[in-house]
Amino acid sequence: MQSNFYIFRYASVMVIVVAAILSSAAMLLKPYQEKNKAIDKMKGILTSANIEATSENAIQLYKDNITEEIVINNKGEIVESKKKGEVEPGKSLAFSLDLKKELYKKGRGEDFNIPLMVAETNGKKIFIIPLLGTGLWGPVWGNIAVKDNFSTVVGVTFGHKAETPGLGAEIDTKIFQAQFVGKELFRDGKFQSISVVKGGIGTMPNDMQIHGVDAISGGTITSVGVSDMLANCLENYVPFINKRN
Amino acid sequence: MSKDKREKEPLFSAKNRKLLINPLHKDNPITTQVLGICSALAVTAKIKPAFVMTLSVIAVLGFANVIVSILRHGIPPRIRIIVQLVVIASLVILVDQVLKAFVFDVSKQLSVFVGLIITNCIIMGRLEAFALGNKPWPSFLDGIGNAFGYGWILIVVAFFREFLGSGTIWDYPVMEQLGVYNFGYQNNGFMILPPMALIIVGIIIWVQRSKDKSLVEEN
Repeated sequence: MQSNFYIFRYASVMVIVVAAILSSAAMLLKPYQEKNKAIDKMKGILTSANIEATSENAIQLYKDNITEEIVINNKGEIVESKKKGEVEPGKSLAFSLDLKKELYKKGRGEDFNIPLMVAETNGKKIFIIPLLGTGLWGPVWGNIAVKDNFSTVVGVTFGHKAETPGLGAEIDTKIFQAQFVGKELFRDGKFQSISVVKGGIGTMPNDMQIHGVDAISGGTITSVGVSDMLANCLENYVPFINKRN
Repeated sequence: MSKDKREKEPLFSAKNRKLLINPLHKDNPITTQVLGICSALAVTAKIKPAFVMTLSVIAVLGFANVIVSILRHGIPPRIRIIVQLVVIASLVILVDQVLKAFVFDVSKQLSVFVGLIITNCIIMGRLEAFALGNKPWPSFLDGIGNAFGYGWILIVVAFFREFLGSGTIWDYPVMEQLGVYNFGYQNNGFMILPPMALIIVGIIIWVQRSKDKSLVEEN
């Protein structure tokens, strides 16, 4: 039987060695991981605007299709606008804006900025709004693309860090996301977010069904999280949209 | 030490081959040792994540067994479980980081499960039962063998679940190509759900035991 001193020494050395190995691995691999994350974000933005992208062609497609990247403040003023070709894909302020920080500022009642991407298909503008919220186990995020009336939804994508597979994690499936196409964000000129409805939109009044989608059975908390995320992120754009009209 | 004593046992002696091959069948971690069932249910909805999970477990179990075996004389018995956990957890974090850097799409699909490798009972089980008392090379073979034994079950289960549940094999739409949907065939959504994995594992155990009576316990 070893002495207590030996055990302590063994444990300390082990911890230091392991810490050194893990932190150097994390540092070495970080550039690759960041690149993958950026590509994944581009893929999300493109897919929400119905531009099918793979990891291989996402950067090129993003370069070709995204015509403008805008940063807006909470009063609806444009802070920065970069047209296609002015910056490398993934390098604009709008793209790298940390939505988590901005939403935190919003929660504290401070001024904040929000990003907006513009794509063009068949001469018509599509606006893409990045989203961030909280699911059951961790963050959920996504993108919602709307027509140039800023109301009709063209497409959405959602992602999540750790929602339950088969239940909450279903938000990243095509079946769930397809429900959002054609829904409206405005009702008689007033903002009306899309809610994810437990029990299905059949439980809503007929004229409200255009603002709702069916929730996922067994994924109620994640569904509520998605609802809240949509409302919390989209309402920030109302001043901008009102100014524009 | 006399010369003949130092003479090494061949790398693939009968004993070592057994370490590698037994876990594939007779001593299979899932069907015989009944270890690692939970992850077998979780990652087998599609072949691809099952395959990646298999590769990850092979890497983690192989290395963990070797590392623990090398350290086995120094590890204080009173904190051996902690040491094993640290070894496994570090390896899993490494695997996770590598997946995120080089196969991001797969790591996104596996998200939670990679972390779950840490709790995969096969790994702790093999470290405790084998690596702590054996030399590095046999431990490596034992690790690889058990990981393969785990992996082939995973892939067989995933094959049936993906084929019958989604109509695809490795994301290739087989059922669509066969045109069976035109005859009114529908994918069985139940296959996607975890209980079906349990039933398929059950069927594999049944087939295995009816072929090899020595596996059947006497009551």
